[in-house]
Amino acid sequence: MTPQPNALELEDLVMHFGPVRAVDGITLTIPKGRVTALVGESGSGKSTVGRCVVRLEKPTAGVVRIAGTDVTQLTRRQLRQHRNDVSIVFQDPAGSLDPRMLVGEIVAEPLRLSGKRITRRDREARVAEELGRVGLRAEVARRYPHELSGGQRQRVSIARALISEPKLLIADEPTSALDVSVQASVLNLLADLQRDIGFACLFITHDLSAVEYLADDIAVMYLGQLVEQGPRERIFTRPAHPYTQALLAAAPVADPVRQRQRQPVLLGDDLPSALDPPSGCRFRTRCPLAFDRCAAEVPAQVAFGGGLAACHLVQPDGTRPDVRAAADSSEVLS
Amino acid sequence: MTTVERAAASSAAVGTPVLDVRDLSVSFTTEGGTVSAVDRVNLDLASGEIVGMVGESGCGKSVTAMSIAGLLPDSARVSGSVRLEGTELVGARESVLRRVRGKEIAYIFQEPMTSLNPVLTVGRQIGEVLQVHERMSKRAARARAVELLSLVGIPSAAKRVDNYPHQLSGGMRQRVMIAMAVACGPKVLVADEPTTALDVTVQAGILQVLRDLRDRLGTTILVITHDLGVIADIADRVVVMYAGRVVEQAPVTDLFAHPYHRYTAGLLAASPTPGKHAGTERLQEIPGLVPVLSIQPDACTFADRCPAADARCREAAPPLEAVGTAVTDHLAACWHPCPAPRTQPQETTA
Ligand SMILES: Nc1ncnc2c1ncn2[C@@H]1O[C@H](COP(=O)(O)OP(=O)(O)O)[C@@H](O)[C@H]1O
Ligand SMILES: Nc1ncnc2c1ncn2[C@@H]1O[C@H](COP(=O)(O)OP(=O)(O)O)[C@@H](O)[C@H]1O
Ligand code: SF4
Ligand code: SF4
Ligand SMILES: [Mg+2]
Ligand SMILES: [Mg+2]
Repeated sequence: MTPQPNALELEDLVMHFGPVRAVDGITLTIPKGRVTALVGESGSGKSTVGRCVVRLEKPTAGVVRIAGTDVTQLTRRQLRQHRNDVSIVFQDPAGSLDPRMLVGEIVAEPLRLSGKRITRRDREARVAEELGRVGLRAEVARRYPHELSGGQRQRVSIARALISEPKLLIADEPTSALDVSVQASVLNLLADLQRDIGFACLFITHDLSAVEYLADDIAVMYLGQLVEQGPRERIFTRPAHPYTQALLAAAPVADPVRQRQRQPVLLGDDLPSALDPPSGCRFRTRCPLAFDRCAAEVPAQVAFGGGLAACHLVQPDGTRPDVRAAADSSEVLS
Repeated sequence: MTTVERAAASSAAVGTPVLDVRDLSVSFTTEGGTVSAVDRVNLDLASGEIVGMVGESGCGKSVTAMSIAGLLPDSARVSGSVRLEGTELVGARESVLRRVRGKEIAYIFQEPMTSLNPVLTVGRQIGEVLQVHERMSKRAARARAVELLSLVGIPSAAKRVDNYPHQLSGGMRQRVMIAMAVACGPKVLVADEPTTALDVTVQAGILQVLRDLRDRLGTTILVITHDLGVIADIADRVVVMYAGRVVEQAPVTDLFAHPYHRYTAGLLAASPTPGKHAGTERLQEIPGLVPVLSIQPDACTFADRCPAADARCREAAPPLEAVGTAVTDHLAACWHPCPAPRTQPQETTA
């Protein structure tokens, strides 16, 4: 083992459900203690990546390495040893918390499953500590999930995910079902915890605006593949791939003056089927810049100063066209 | 011009009052007691206007909209007045309501799949609406259905008309819902969270369709959303609801330039917007939750969550009044309105 293993390494990860090519060759690294946001439209395969990492799915091919250990081929039994290395938080806290269990039991469950011996008293103390850390009072341990608000339930999921002190947290759209005000508090909480505890995080979301102050890096996914990766700052200010540019242009800004000056980039609605992805560049059926070569040739991942992008038009020196070119100068970041 | 557009062009001029809601209150009797969902709401819609209604979930947006469209369940107790071009709808005879519902006021919901019939082609579903309400022949109805599908931006409409809902993407289904809603040329279209279940890439197209309907047919539209980005994109005027009451109302640029009500200001600060939080690490939070009220208190219902609340706020309900220069029709219900134009949120961490 290297002295500072990466929190997560995915090498050419593939997950097919029969003919459905949900994930089709993803290579991604999250260094220790860093946050990478995985963004893309629904159906692009983001959750499937997350589920492969926590081994809720066994990948069809490729390697998943967590904190230096290849967990891809481990059996259920062997996995138990690594259970504490990675946790997951889901979008819908109502669906992911057992309604018949008390909050205290839910939060303590990972301790029980880890098989480590711990007295009841210590366990209760740990639960209380964890609830406190996510901003809930210790009494909440004696309530049922349905007695809590959506935001509180998501805090419970986070407490459960963090009690085993994982090195890596998979957060799958943790705030997408919440109102903006509650979303803000859950995002702030995650940012605070991440900074204090230092776990690495794969933050899955379809909403780019939610990741701006949480993610260090951003990976953009389209139909099972990554089309662009890079530091957050660069992705927001100088997105290279036409799809990333279109995603940024599509998210409306909460400012009517700026919003109405922007030029919409309309992609039409059809995200093609993962059963039969387009030849060549998978984005070509919606790309405003597509040309002959895009149907014939799969674009390679081009490494440039600010990361990676898979588009025939992105040059190794980072120059590329912008599908928002017609838009005004206040676009995205002004 | 299509026949749809020609029919619309002859309807009301832009700016005449279409819908007038006065002192609308709605409560429900539930096992757990009474729930007061809407409290003395006033609202006007002028023809050709797009009004955005915003607020957290549970603030009474859908209940307000459903009372306008006559879609509330029997357990609802409604008082006040809803007039559509002068015709009173609250307490109106079923025959009046039946004509209004669907034909004059159309409603589209968040989730198109649950409102479409899975075993009928979209052409049949749109056609049936036309056959029932417009007494069209089957053949004419089908032709009109194709026209409506292309009006809402569905490519190769003549082919798509024979598709079943499951053969269409989420965005296409929402377009079909809109086509069905506008089939009979309604005066008012209520779109309740029409893009909440969709990706932003698809949302942009749906908002464009709504704007086109207004521009080409002059349809008056009430868009309900919890997303201030959507409001900024499409609304001419904004109504902010909190705990059953309208707390602020203004033309869209005025509202964003200077939110007066503390709740509006809180919502704006909490919304993540690309660029806005660059360099800062935190979003502004609004502590606490929207209350579920059994009786409407004589107080500001936001007081428990408001940083500026004082004794007065807890003792009397602030009236919805003109604020600012009063040159614009900007109204707010707050005893201590936000002073200066909005400043960027403070950095709490370095
Ligand atoms: N268990 C499964 N069986 C079959 N298809 C699946 C399964 N899980 C996901 N898919 C398909 O894989 C694709 C990616 O899904 P998902 O990972 O949920 O995307 P995202 O999280 O980006 O919305 C979709 O086409 C979805 O229908
Ligand atoms: N059929 C109903 N029976 C009882 N309470 C209801 C019913 N419909 C809505 N409510 C309550 O009325 C309030 C307002 O709901 P709603 O208008 O749906 O909010 P919004 O659309 O702003 O999210 C909520 O407290 C909700 O629980
Ligand atoms: S490779 Fe072609 S189709 Fe793909 S993103 Fe680049 S220009 Fe568009
Ligand atoms: S009336 Fe008082 S409590 Fe209500 S929003 Fe204004 S300042 Fe806050
Ligand atoms: Mg998902
Ligand atoms: Mg609603």
